[in-house]
Amino acid sequence: MILVIAEQRGGKLNRATWETIAAAQQLAGITGAPIAILVPGAHAAGAASDLAAAQVKEVVTVESPAFEPYTPDGFAAVLRDAIAQLAPAHVLLPHTYQTRDFAPKLAARMDRALLTDVIGVKSAGGGTAFVRPMFQGKLTADVVPLGPAPHFVTFQIGAYRADRAAKGASPAPVRALSVAVDASAIREKPEPPFQQAKQAVDLSQAERIVSVGRGIKEQSNIEVAKKLAEALGAELAASRPICDAGWLPMERQVGSSGQTVAPKLYLALGISGAIQHLVGMKGSNTVVAINKDPDAPIFEVADYGIVGDLFEIVPAIIEAVKQ
Amino acid sequence: MKIAVCIKQVPTREWQPRLNDARTWIRDQDVSFEMNEPDAYALEEALRLKEKHSGEVVVCSAGPARVAQVIREALARGADRAIHVEDEGLSSADAFVTSEALANAMKDEQFDLVLTGLQSDDQGFAQVGVILAEKLGLPHATIIMEVQAEGGALRVKRELEGGWFQWVAMPLPAVLTIQSGINQLRYATLKGIMAAKKKEIRKAAAPPGAASKQKIVSLYAPEKGKKTQIIGGSPAEAAKELVRRLREEARVIA
Repeated sequence: MILVIAEQRGGKLNRATWETIAAAQQLAGITGAPIAILVPGAHAAGAASDLAAAQVKEVVTVESPAFEPYTPDGFAAVLRDAIAQLAPAHVLLPHTYQTRDFAPKLAARMDRALLTDVIGVKSAGGGTAFVRPMFQGKLTADVVPLGPAPHFVTFQIGAYRADRAAKGASPAPVRALSVAVDASAIREKPEPPFQQAKQAVDLSQAERIVSVGRGIKEQSNIEVAKKLAEALGAELAASRPICDAGWLPMERQVGSSGQTVAPKLYLALGISGAIQHLVGMKGSNTVVAINKDPDAPIFEVADYGIVGDLFEIVPAIIEAVKQ
Repeated sequence: MKIAVCIKQVPTREWQPRLNDARTWIRDQDVSFEMNEPDAYALEEALRLKEKHSGEVVVCSAGPARVAQVIREALARGADRAIHVEDEGLSSADAFVTSEALANAMKDEQFDLVLTGLQSDDQGFAQVGVILAEKLGLPHATIIMEVQAEGGALRVKRELEGGWFQWVAMPLPAVLTIQSGINQLRYATLKGIMAAKKKEIRKAAAPPGAASKQKIVSLYAPEKGKKTQIIGGSPAEAAKELVRRLREEARVIA
């Protein structure tokens, strides 16, 4: 069995779960195994009825006081018990921050393989290989898990399309699983989530974005990018290192830890294209990359590319736009 | 407060990948290395905690002999001493093998706090800190942007997705994985570099029998998801052509 672990909060499903279901269906095409979806947490029933539309064998809910609020101790304890009952060959999860927090603990406790940030599945030599980026996206690896099942696999956000997940002719059956876990053994005491500052800039609504990365080199050079943004009628944004350095405010950060954007035009200046950045912008309609490194991963998602010195090219673009 | 910082040595950002003959790993001999960036932030956070609460910062690294370079650098920045689990096989180790090696060398030290970067810039597992916590029997929190350690209690700010955060309290000892940008990095001073030469680096052997849980069967250049049209020519020519295509082909600017 292939077990997909859904992510939901208060009955509201994280869309990345559907992406993981699409990945599970591809894996099922290779191994022939049936798919079950496990929905953990309070109010799991709401998310479970949505997920029952997927072409899967069954949907299983599991509720426990150890799930609310989220803690890695609570999740690892309950999921270990649930997985022991369901005995899957593969356990698939979306590579969210929450998964990153508990999945290595769960896999370590069960002494099982965990492949993270996977972007593809392929059959290889009678088995299954999982495709994952390495070295900041400069290389891709086909990886096989070793040791006994279950093998844990997390899928990079955006690697599979949620709308490609096949729906069943009729809803899949939903059942509840019961587990006995001592919630008093949980050591982490979380407080409610909060947003740091009111987002003054909503980049998700921007039609055009000029975004700067490490290639801008110095804070004073931000001005060049700002002029280009003005000329194009674009918002200014940045990759994480620029905001870490304080050269632009955090609210202008695009990527997994910042905003997710999908403008008509995304112009990346001196951004190498680390995956944490790409997940935040690869839904953009047209992507332009300007970078001195022809092998920079940003060119993998770019429609148009110019290889060269941005300090020569950007003023020339401003000039050309004015004509 | 006795703080451990786990650091990894990774290829520099400028490194252009070359593969070994079997195409299952990189050609190590071609690579110039540096300290994994998130680990550098973890080290800085440890040094700041020591300055505030006094105590000791011990840098721990599992890797081949070349790793001594980043250990010296960490000592030069202000770490007090180091543990180096030295084994050539650790250069391409998976997260389980690395965590096992670190846990084995660290378990008798009774650290109050263990910090490491949230993931490495080479294999990018984002697993070692969490597995290490499990192996040491400690609670953990990941992707941390602020650390408060007052009177034996730990309270940390955990980054969630999309600009959300959350405070989490837990007892010490604990393991934290640190997010880049949590602080401003310091660089080694000449005095620090000189002092580092006298600091202790304890060598430890990798534990026998730690088995890999994954194997790379093939390593290759990424397949392009999109057909990128590379626009050549002088900067002026390329800029003019780009603007023309954005207007006429893509129709995304006026």
